[in-house]
Amino acid sequence: MTVDASWYMILAAVLFVMGGAGLLLRRNALVMFMCIELMLNSVNLTFVAAGDALGNLDGQLSVLFVMVVAAAEVVVGLAIIVMVFRKRSTANVDELSGMKG
Amino acid sequence: MNAEFIVFVIFAAAALFGAVTLLSARNPVYSAMGLLLTMMSMAVFYVLMDAHFIAVVQVLIYAGAVMTLFLFVIMLIGVDKKEEREEKIPFQRPIVAILGGGLTALLLLAGRGAWVIVEGERVAEVGTIEAISEALFETWMLPFQATILLLTVAAVGAVVLARYESRPGGDA
Repeated sequence: MTVDASWYMILAAVLFVMGGAGLLLRRNALVMFMCIELMLNSVNLTFVAAGDALGNLDGQLSVLFVMVVAAAEVVVGLAIIVMVFRKRSTANVDELSGMKG
Repeated sequence: MNAEFIVFVIFAAAALFGAVTLLSARNPVYSAMGLLLTMMSMAVFYVLMDAHFIAVVQVLIYAGAVMTLFLFVIMLIGVDKKEEREEKIPFQRPIVAILGGGLTALLLLAGRGAWVIVEGERVAEVGTIEAISEALFETWMLPFQATILLLTVAAVGAVVLARYESRPGGDA
């Protein structure tokens, strides 16, 4: 059996949904952030798979830019989580309900 | 049953196992290790698809730099606190299961007719450093320069956030 792009697409869809489910289920802000990274990674997989099937390099270039943006996002997001932890001594999103109406 | 198929099955199982670990582990360090396994499997998939440079960047940036940063922060804010598992929202898990199953079914149904299908012989485009840099510094030059600005802003923002509390008189 040959592995074509649709296999990677199906795997990426499953990984994306698992990341989204983790985002809804977990309470730890760090683990939720890691779930976002999983979703970004699964989308990167679809870019490379589509680019490979079409014989086009632009998919890989898009992945490069997604990685750069994700790295910037991680830096700022983790700084925010650390700052919230220093103020409130918790990373549990259920306890960070200061803006709840 | 060729080699590519066997490698794909092994590392797809590894990626799914890593994602399940990320979702289910109580200790955030184990979650990070699960994500690391998934990212390494992704690098193997990139090699299978001839995206060699992306595979290297995946291992260096994601599995190296980003996960190290995550582990640093996990260690910084304490791993000893176990996460509570009681559900504050009623029926949270069944709702998530229904939503996740629905979204998966929707994605697979919608994608079934739209997966990239290429008839005939495809032109092999290998993502070597030469090919990537040619495209990056010719057609993608402006977005590449925009990332410079983005990274500078992100670094400055992180430093400002880190120094926020030590500012005199700052009580926010």
